Amino acid sequence: MNIVLISLLVLGATGLLAAVLLFVIARQFRVEEDPRIDEVAEALPGANCGGCGFAGCRALAEACVKAETLDGLLCPVGGAVTMEKVATILGKEAVAAEPMVAVVRCNGTCEARPRTSEFDGSRSCKIMHACYVGETACPFGCLGCGDCVAACQFGAISMNPETGLPEVDDEKCTSCGKCVKACPRHIIELRKKGPKSRRIVVMCVNKDKGAPARKACLSACIGCGKCQKECNFDAITVENNLAYIDWQKCRLCRKCEAACPTGAIHAINFPPRKPAEPAEAEPKKEEEQA
Amino acid sequence: MNTFRIGGVHPQDNKVYSANKAIIDCPLPKQAIIPLVQHIGAPAVPIVEKGDKVRAGQLIAKAGGFVSANVHSPFSGTITKIDSFVDGWGARVPAIFIDVEGDLWLDDIDTTPALVRSGIIEPKEIIDRVTAAGIVGLGGACFPTHVKLMPPPGKKAEVLIVNGVECEPYLTCDHQLMLEHGEEIIVGIQLLMRALDIKQAIIGIEKNKPDAIAYMQKLASRVLGVSVKPLNLKYPQGGEKQLIDACIGRQVPSGALPIEVGAVVDNVATIYAVYEAVLKRKPLIERVITVTGKHVAKPGNYRVRFGTPLSDVVALAGGVPEDTGKIIGGGPMMGRAMNSIDMPANKRVSGLLFMPEEESRRTAPDNCIRCAKCVDACPMGLEPYLLARQAELEMWDGMEAHNIMDCIECGCCTFTCPSHRPLLDYVRLGKATVGGILRARNAK
Repeated sequence: MNIVLISLLVLGATGLLAAVLLFVIARQFRVEEDPRIDEVAEALPGANCGGCGFAGCRALAEACVKAETLDGLLCPVGGAVTMEKVATILGKEAVAAEPMVAVVRCNGTCEARPRTSEFDGSRSCKIMHACYVGETACPFGCLGCGDCVAACQFGAISMNPETGLPEVDDEKCTSCGKCVKACPRHIIELRKKGPKSRRIVVMCVNKDKGAPARKACLSACIGCGKCQKECNFDAITVENNLAYIDWQKCRLCRKCEAACPTGAIHAINFPPRKPAEPAEAEPKKEEEQA
Repeated sequence: MNTFRIGGVHPQDNKVYSANKAIIDCPLPKQAIIPLVQHIGAPAVPIVEKGDKVRAGQLIAKAGGFVSANVHSPFSGTITKIDSFVDGWGARVPAIFIDVEGDLWLDDIDTTPALVRSGIIEPKEIIDRVTAAGIVGLGGACFPTHVKLMPPPGKKAEVLIVNGVECEPYLTCDHQLMLEHGEEIIVGIQLLMRALDIKQAIIGIEKNKPDAIAYMQKLASRVLGVSVKPLNLKYPQGGEKQLIDACIGRQVPSGALPIEVGAVVDNVATIYAVYEAVLKRKPLIERVITVTGKHVAKPGNYRVRFGTPLSDVVALAGGVPEDTGKIIGGGPMMGRAMNSIDMPANKRVSGLLFMPEEESRRTAPDNCIRCAKCVDACPMGLEPYLLARQAELEMWDGMEAHNIMDCIECGCCTFTCPSHRPLLDYVRLGKATVGGILRARNAK
């Protein structure tokens, strides 16, 4: 009986002491945290992809709460809808950001860019880039081992076995930028998604002069500058034998696409061109007659 | 002890195809491309212009820094353009293009095969002539030789180690050079000993070349301080740090140069070039390369002037064998597969190896079984399995902490791996990336 009593008392006293200690310590060393951080974190998608530039969703939530305006803070995965929610929680104004999408700037398909050799090491772009020039004659183009496919957490990139090139699914792409970092040849770029997902891109990164570029790949940009002359909005620059379309200036007129002799400029998600062609050809005839 | 202590492997040497084949001169091409990057360090700066007439042996590009090397014209002719070309590994290299006309040398160059014994030449004069001649280490790394001859203040070279090991399987160019130009090499050794003010030189030769050992021993016995050290076979004995350990039993510390332990290492081909530069005033414009392979019609050792298309040399050796699966520039262990032989010969390429299709395939890799064979084989005492894994996971800090920069890329790890893992591929990726990170940090 005595033993039971003593153990109960000792246990009870220890428990009480511990409770008091814990209470005091919890009071004394309490970490003040804005409760809104939890709320914001809740509203974020929780993918922890790092696309926002912070180490996970909670870090972005903290940054959002601390920041005075939401300018520059964007969850690329959730997009405008999520940022709207965050803004309501914080009572700040959501800053509208252009929806972006990853673009693979290489159109060296198996046909246009035939294989000249075979690499029998690891099927990894990183390795092939470090140890070898690649299986085609183009030292700039896609290596085709799919490092970007492996890097994508959202299943938005897949290899097209016919072309040997990765393709981005506009719907699934959250523009987190993982693939941009994974590509050792810096082919993938984040660009404005554009109205109805329409955009015009130079699908080539070959900086060689025209002749060797063309020899390596039939659809390479040869740096001829025709597109630059055609563009009315100063959106195209040609540097190091390579044209680049500034997506902030491009008005999607498609003139450059028609001017490109090698077909390196692609207009994505536009309706087929057929009805547009006679319309364009006619004014030219009129000019000639005049 | 007749070999180095840490690691190493024993690949089949396969030297039989081209061993003891007399050196054949490759005919002059019609057009030549002289690369401006044939060494480690800054590219050379051209000092000629389009349309200029040049003579063989004339300086056409100046060293672009202390660690760099002059480039001379191996041919007489007209400069057609200064442009760039794509080499067999896909890199774009700046180069001078020459239309070859005749074979007219500069007047003060002695092109006769007559042996010149060394007169009294001041050490400084020797180093100046080596610098002017654009000599780089012909063992493979292409480190400018004059840099080795000018040790930093406070460091003193004690022994010259001559690399006649040629541990790469298949290659026989150094072996043949010793047999045909042994006397010149001995004179070259004496020149370097005078330039460095040292009394001792050791010629390291592996025991699979008994004729070269006997011949060099005979020649060395007449010269004070020069000796030959026959070495047991083990790859990579020709590595600078391995050879120092094998010859004088000293270990070069991590990250240090051989001068730290009082040694200067030079390849026999480099020393032959030193002899020619100093006593015959002939700059480095040619080298011996081995063209070999199981099914090559006429494997052998060819003396090629830099700028000659490698395809010309291959044609001389009987053309590309039909069943070729892989063409390797250099030896099978350290060389890299090339995707084209339409590139000029240069100071770097020591051999061309044609592997038949059935031998050229890599076996599909399996999982790492943690046997640590790669750790045993690594001559630098590294842990290749760990480094490869870290490279795969992009743990660059960890790789730096595990001394990735000590790796000499000898390939022992990949050679020995029972799971056929491409360890060296990943280690090379890591070394390149960490090297870039370190350079960026030092530049700050």
